[in-house]
Amino acid sequence: MSTPLVSLTDAGISYQQLDALKSVTMHLNQGEVMGLFGHNGAGKTTMMKLILGVISPSRGTVEVMGMAPDSKEAWHCRSKVGYLPENVSFYEQLTGLEVLTYFAKLKGFNKKQAIDLLEQVGITHAMKRQVKTYSKGMRQRLGLAQAFIGEPKLLLLDEPTVGLDPIATRDFYKTVDQLKSNGSSVILCSHVLPGVEQHIDRAMILSTGQLLAMGTLAQLRQQAALPVAIKPFGLNGSVVNDSKLNSFLTANCPNTLLVPEQEKMKVLKQLLSHEGLDDLQVETANLEQVYQHFLLKHESGEKK
Amino acid sequence: MRQILTVANKEFHDGLRNRWLISITLIFALLSIGLTYFGAAASGAVGVASLSTTVASLASLAVFLIPLIALLLSYDSFVGEQESGTLLLLLTYPLSKSQLLLGKFIGQGSIIALATLLGFGSSAVLLYFQLGDIQVLTSFSVFIVSAILLGLSFTAISYLISLSVSEKSKAAGFALITWFLFALAFDLALLALLVGVEQGITQAGLTQLMMLNPADIFRLVNLSGLDSSDVNGALAVAINASLSQGQLFTALFAWVALPLSIAIFIFKRKKL
Repeated sequence: MSTPLVSLTDAGISYQQLDALKSVTMHLNQGEVMGLFGHNGAGKTTMMKLILGVISPSRGTVEVMGMAPDSKEAWHCRSKVGYLPENVSFYEQLTGLEVLTYFAKLKGFNKKQAIDLLEQVGITHAMKRQVKTYSKGMRQRLGLAQAFIGEPKLLLLDEPTVGLDPIATRDFYKTVDQLKSNGSSVILCSHVLPGVEQHIDRAMILSTGQLLAMGTLAQLRQQAALPVAIKPFGLNGSVVNDSKLNSFLTANCPNTLLVPEQEKMKVLKQLLSHEGLDDLQVETANLEQVYQHFLLKHESGEKK
Repeated sequence: MRQILTVANKEFHDGLRNRWLISITLIFALLSIGLTYFGAAASGAVGVASLSTTVASLASLAVFLIPLIALLLSYDSFVGEQESGTLLLLLTYPLSKSQLLLGKFIGQGSIIALATLLGFGSSAVLLYFQLGDIQVLTSFSVFIVSAILLGLSFTAISYLISLSVSEKSKAAGFALITWFLFALAFDLALLALLVGVEQGITQAGLTQLMMLNPADIFRLVNLSGLDSSDVNGALAVAINASLSQGQLFTALFAWVALPLSIAIFIFKRKKL
């Protein structure tokens, strides 16, 4: 097994009294897509800056491609890293092509690659126009094109889908999947959760600079032990009379059974034995619920 | 080096696109040609004034204009990019902070240098054809080279400002104050010192004090060679104890290199 592409060991950073990031340990393997979730000020951007080598850790170590990213030796690795910042407004008075050519040149590429990338993100038609005439979505696409320069081995994307319409979002995730299959690793930072689940291998949840949970979605679900919601149709209240099932009913949602993951199959079989059943809806806890769960747990833990 | 040139090229083209180059060149050309032709108007004649009068008037003009233009051109170089987020992005590129700073300096410095050369050069050519005196070209070369150094010095100073503040509007404010201090207040203070404090300061001491202001060094460079009848104020005193042209140029050059080095130092320690 090769060494991880990115590894943080007890890495933390403090500004004066404020701990922007408490000790975080994480590893990112090649070809892995990691989702980084947390609300504003949770330390997502700080962590990205650490990995990018723009800031140095106050304690612990950060390694990217086997080197400390803030060191001089890591210099040549930088052209292998793509970054999309959260808030960036590119040089408004330049055209899209000029902006991208500038960034491409700084990474050692030329105008031709810039044109290809603009085509890839679908703004070829506007490349001769000044950036100030671009819509939010077009700016975001330009930013993505910038991050994709030179087929990076590591991509750090801060809120990549903000301002993108559904089709552009789909195209974006397609590109992420493609990069992943080419062996690139991606760190996706987001607080917009729906849609991201099937594209990430693992998720990290941060809050106030602290790592709350990390793992695959299945692992997180297990840790959170959130119930599965099963909604039967056509039973006309016979669930209430079923002694095996009525314990899963709650007052808030009288038609839905909230079942722990390990009981799921048992309950389903029981439901299927009811003659009147004509439809079933099974919803496992989604990323958003898992996220909420960990945040709530953290907050209630802090209050104590 | 390639990185520096890429940045420089972008900054230079920004200067072209924003019409900075063309407007500065035009301002310099119009004013200097105007002064060359009508400089003698005060003495009742229209026509080319004497070389020393022309250079003296041009120097007094340039000493106000060039710092102002350089500060205006560059005050938002870093704080502007910081506000728009591109500074952070650029620093994740294989581009060091000193490369970025030097690239910007070369790009924006070229704008100032080219505008100075073209703007004041035009009146040098004009004056040369009128007077046919080779002295015109030598005097103007000194004038233009020192004017360029003055511009570069204030470009470097504006980087200091741009890197030290966190908001564009603050940078603009500080740029204006800096201009006021160097172009106006410093001389007034010197004059006050000279007049107000009896025997308070020697001529040599005064000249040394003037080394603390690039605008004054620029004046000394250009006026020390002229008839002192065209020069007055604190300068006239200083000129009598003047340093050599070489020393003055060295001092002016130091006023470019020093702020630039400090700017790099600040940039390297700056947290983003």
